[in-house]
Amino acid sequence: MSQLTYHRALEILENVCIGCSHCMKVCPTEALRVSGGKAHIHVEWCIDCGECYRVCPTRAIRVMDDDFKQIFEYKHRVLLVPSVFFAQFNDNISRDKIYSIIGELGFTEICAVEQSVDTLLLEENEYVKNSVKPAISSFCPAVIRLIQVRFPSLVDHIMRLIPPIEITAQYYKRKFAADGIPENDLGIFYLTPCIGKIASVKSPVGGYKSPITGVINMDFFYNKVFLAYKQHIPITNNVVVSKELSSKGIMFPVTGGESVHIEGRTLAIDGMNNVIDFLEMLENEEVDGFDFLELRACDQSCAGGILCHRNRFLTAENMRKFAATMPDTHTLVPEYLSHCSAVIHMDEIEPRSMIKYDRDIDIALKKMEGAKKLRMLFPGIDCGACGAPSCEALAEDIVKDQAEINACIFLRTLFEKRGEITLEEAVKIMEKIWGKDRFSKEI
Amino acid sequence: MLSEFKIEGGDFTRAGYASSQIKKILKNLNVSPDVVKRVVVALYEAEVNIVAHAFKGVIVADISNSGIKLVLEDEGPGIPDIGMAMTKGYSTASQTVREMGFGAGMGLPNIKDNADRFEIVSEVGKGTRLSIEIDFL
Repeated sequence: MSQLTYHRALEILENVCIGCSHCMKVCPTEALRVSGGKAHIHVEWCIDCGECYRVCPTRAIRVMDDDFKQIFEYKHRVLLVPSVFFAQFNDNISRDKIYSIIGELGFTEICAVEQSVDTLLLEENEYVKNSVKPAISSFCPAVIRLIQVRFPSLVDHIMRLIPPIEITAQYYKRKFAADGIPENDLGIFYLTPCIGKIASVKSPVGGYKSPITGVINMDFFYNKVFLAYKQHIPITNNVVVSKELSSKGIMFPVTGGESVHIEGRTLAIDGMNNVIDFLEMLENEEVDGFDFLELRACDQSCAGGILCHRNRFLTAENMRKFAATMPDTHTLVPEYLSHCSAVIHMDEIEPRSMIKYDRDIDIALKKMEGAKKLRMLFPGIDCGACGAPSCEALAEDIVKDQAEINACIFLRTLFEKRGEITLEEAVKIMEKIWGKDRFSKEI
Repeated sequence: MLSEFKIEGGDFTRAGYASSQIKKILKNLNVSPDVVKRVVVALYEAEVNIVAHAFKGVIVADISNSGIKLVLEDEGPGIPDIGMAMTKGYSTASQTVREMGFGAGMGLPNIKDNADRFEIVSEVGKGTRLSIEIDFL
């Protein structure tokens, strides 16, 4: 038994899950519950941000990346590598060494994801001039989905430009087509540091279809590359490396790396809670006068990506150091401009309503009033012993018939004290939430 | 459904609490984002008015299936000339209040612009009562 998330980027493996509730506590949309000793996901509320994956101690949450072997179905195998990947390695491992190992592992061509960034930044500045203010960067997929679900009134602020990975992929698709290579011979693979990016490739927003053939999990691929390095595998394959990349491109995925190039009054905010706080203010019209917001779900942006294993500050430092050695721009920019201006725009992004109580407002109001009364009975300490992330969430679940009032350990103790439920009944309730195994230990 | 909030004069750091709570309720009821925005903007302005001008006040929000009715009653100096207070750009806010980014004289007219029905009654030396109604459809 397993469950997939909304965009099928993550899977909870029930036989591995120990029902520890760590995931439930960090979910920004409170989409997780524990029952029967296992985590369960409210699929409609999931934004595929991967915060649950980050904290899962047993790896019960699996990334739905694509099978690596599928790359060999294509004659031309392009790997688009994000700049955070190289920053996962110690400084003494050269880029050329990493390129040659990637080639040996099976790729025929390598290009930086951020090769398109210079072009995108030019388009962003044009876009921001005439857009709804502040324009919100469309780079971070978790932020886009957060806005769709929790801040539907702000969807029209999301910049309708596709992210660098898609532009670079489009460029490659066109380049190979221009060289007369049949479409079926070309596989474009994206090495991703991000769960949200897997979701966005599998189900993109804004009426867009991705040319990316498959997504490779960076955590998995790092191990593969580093193992090959440690084992000194002989290099027998030749790999084409497109090294055109600017300092702007390298720094784009780090906090401030995008907003610093946008004209006007801008702000760069990272970390899911910080982003939520600011979006609340923006929604209340408590802030104005901003032209552009760079919002990133992960602390230190992609340097703190879910599939990056290295310390985020060291990763960001490594990227800064490398950027300092690189030029401001590169020679392919004009070509990207002529190739990409037609494909860079996407359609409007639709809000995704998060039905809390009911579609019918009369029923919703009644349930909400019920939940409000229940909340007064609960202790308000959000202990999670009921299998819901907060007292408020439990109250909501009860009025929707998805939980029972006895699930609250405080009320249950009160009922026991009054003699209204027996010890056996109380134990049964705990077992129902946390699983039988937890209460049959020999101590 | 009734919700009540108490407001303390001068407590700017807490101003906005009532509007953010009401926003949460309306969003959970799937009220359309445009309506939520109008309610939040009107209520926030009204909340800040009490904080900036009155000693204390109470906000009562009554949410039904057709709309929201907000009644804000404060104990404060009252408004001597409501007609003047309803003029865009008119403000009696002190220098301190203006320095905090409030008091641009857009408060009451802005509330009225966002409301479907708006009433204001004020007695000098006693206080002000504001009634704001916004329909969901």
